[in-house]
Amino acid sequence: MEFGLSDEQRMLEDSVRGFLGEKLSMERLRKIAEIGGGFDAALWEGLIEQGVVGLLVPERFGGSGLGLLDAAVVAESLGYYAAPAPFPASLVMAPLALVAAGSEAQQAEWLPGIASGEARMSVAFAGGAGQTGDASVQLEGDRISGRLIGALDGGAASHVLIFLPDGRAALVDAHETGVDVDVRRSLDRTRPISGWTVNNAKAVILGAANDARAVAGRVLDAGRVILAADTLGAAQSMFDKALAYSKERVQFNRVIGSFQGVKHTLADLVTMLEPCRAMVWYAAHAQDAAPEEARIMALQAKAHLGEVGREVARLATEVHGGMGFTDLLGLHYWLKRIAFDRQMLGAPERCRQEAAAVQGWLAAKFGPVAAQTS
Amino acid sequence: MDLSYGPKYRALQQEVLNFVRSYGHLSPRTGGGRKRPDKRALDWQNLLLQHGYFARNIPSEYGGFGLPVDVMELAIIADAFSAAGVSPGIMNQGISMLVPTLLEVGSKEQCAKWVGPTIRGEVLWCQGYSEPGSGSDLAAAKTCARVEDGHFVINGQKIWTSSAHFADMMFLLCRTEADKGKHDGLSYLFVPMSAPGIEVRPLVTMTGRAEFNETFLTDVRIPIDQIVMGRGKGWHVANVTLKYERLLLGDPNKLIHRLARVIELMKKTTLDGVRIIEIPEYRDRLLRIQGEVLASKFHGLRLLTEQAKGEESGVSRLIVKLNGTMIAHRLSSLAVDVLGAAGLPYEPQGEALEDDEATTWQIDNMYDIGLIIGGGSSNIQRNIIGERGLGLPREPKANIKPGAKE
Repeated sequence: MEFGLSDEQRMLEDSVRGFLGEKLSMERLRKIAEIGGGFDAALWEGLIEQGVVGLLVPERFGGSGLGLLDAAVVAESLGYYAAPAPFPASLVMAPLALVAAGSEAQQAEWLPGIASGEARMSVAFAGGAGQTGDASVQLEGDRISGRLIGALDGGAASHVLIFLPDGRAALVDAHETGVDVDVRRSLDRTRPISGWTVNNAKAVILGAANDARAVAGRVLDAGRVILAADTLGAAQSMFDKALAYSKERVQFNRVIGSFQGVKHTLADLVTMLEPCRAMVWYAAHAQDAAPEEARIMALQAKAHLGEVGREVARLATEVHGGMGFTDLLGLHYWLKRIAFDRQMLGAPERCRQEAAAVQGWLAAKFGPVAAQTS
Repeated sequence: MDLSYGPKYRALQQEVLNFVRSYGHLSPRTGGGRKRPDKRALDWQNLLLQHGYFARNIPSEYGGFGLPVDVMELAIIADAFSAAGVSPGIMNQGISMLVPTLLEVGSKEQCAKWVGPTIRGEVLWCQGYSEPGSGSDLAAAKTCARVEDGHFVINGQKIWTSSAHFADMMFLLCRTEADKGKHDGLSYLFVPMSAPGIEVRPLVTMTGRAEFNETFLTDVRIPIDQIVMGRGKGWHVANVTLKYERLLLGDPNKLIHRLARVIELMKKTTLDGVRIIEIPEYRDRLLRIQGEVLASKFHGLRLLTEQAKGEESGVSRLIVKLNGTMIAHRLSSLAVDVLGAAGLPYEPQGEALEDDEATTWQIDNMYDIGLIIGGGSSNIQRNIIGERGLGLPREPKANIKPGAKE
């Protein structure tokens, strides 16, 4: 009986971090970020070699058949290096949705492509996922029309998985006639934010209407855990940079880390950040192994990491002084990564509101996904 | 992460639930720990020890249950007790600080003599550490012990000795090696509180109660073998105890219990006819703290696993006290805000009687500030985290006054 990462998970982490540390220099990150599409072919090839792309795809479809905790370990590593790669939607939410709601034939058709890295799926919610802005879609037979905003992993996507208000998911090929994607550079230049317009486009429908909302809720929660893990990695990276800087930077003939003002800030940061690690681990673990705690853990992990992440981002920047505010150090890539994670798939306030509903502390129902999965 | 609920754990869970159902009515009220346990608390403690729900991992030759550490078992027991609102057993400085210190650095004889009576709640300990002139700078202690015909003869003054007025024993940090330096001149001694020459004077705190004491030691004689590890090793032993004190003060189980109490309070308290738990401003505060408590809870399980595997937890362990005491204060602050004006009548009853709910929360809320300061204040914790945990340089030394060699 153990609470912690397994030896295999630690090896996975070392391997992914080793790869990213070697391939993703600050210079390289800047180049990719200039385009802002959240995708780099060479990096993607490397992630395929690392076995990251098929992580959640069952072995019989060419993947590794691992669980959400393994995915969270990877997400934390990607966050640590601010890696521009379509991960939360393409490699976590989409395969989970296919496994949970796809027929055998649908799984056989789409999962091998995800595992090989050829298929990259954006995910968009037509409401209920706790995002601001308007979205609407109509489904007629196997044809879908409408407009979706705030989609994850839209850059270089081959498909988009659209969650309908009833919880079913419509899988649409990005290259079909009538499908248009507007990939916009976001505040976080390592990941874009995309709008999808579909006009009488052909869609493959996943899931039966009866348990679709529960599946959609689980996919959404998994995405939230992954974003929390990404924030954890990004915040840890900012903390490590601030700590290293405080041991180098000399003022008043002393390294600044010897001043209590700076030392205590760093102590406060590690005190708020370190417990987040076990929280994210358990939130990920619960999605696969503890269904009765899965929702509350996903919601609270997303909310808590959103809050801690913002605080770490600010204070770690402050420790760097004026240099932290410049573009020169590139620290801002991580700050913006954390800011992106915070708003996506439900900001902290929204997640806590859902957490209240899950615990019966809220009279009113809201949002189709949240209302049905609690 | 191996938290699978095999048959062994389901059996334990069932066993604990049965226990709580059969014996829960015998539990003393949860919380407290600021007075000598009464018969009810002692009987409950023995019941827990017999069933292995307390001191589960302490060797059986010392009076524990003798099982290896299994975080899942501990979590199952803690959850079941917390859900039923029954006491998880006595929490005091002897049990949480001295016992693990003895198990780590004490002799077999000392463990055999003291661990059993301490975990049964029969022998109560107080901590003789701080002095009027050495608080945060603990190693500057001036209380000294000279050796005279096979005895230490102790003279000096200690302060903030909680429980000294009812404790049986004191673990005392004092200077035994006059010719040695600041840190290696110290020893860690055991002193019976009934020894001639000890005077305990109550120290009234902001709660209006005498939770602490000043303890004066005048020519107090104890046998020379009442020492842990040996002469000059006191600073090392004291730091082992401090490590456990930080864990005690930041105990996530306490936060989990308290969170449950705050939730109950918010469900039953109304504001203009609306349950407070349904008022968004209060509810969001609760949910934010719930997130912090959940993080602390799983962090605690991670630390237990690392401890059981003999892994070095480093900075993760050092943050526990600062983290836990701050969250505890936010929880009790929320509770007094929920009580509002109706929570202002304040009539502490002293040790003989139980306080009313509002007074209890007000005391907790103030006492939490004491816990943020005690056991190494929050700013001392930040120094420890920064220096020992993160490897940051110490402040440059000011000139040391003569008399205390560095």
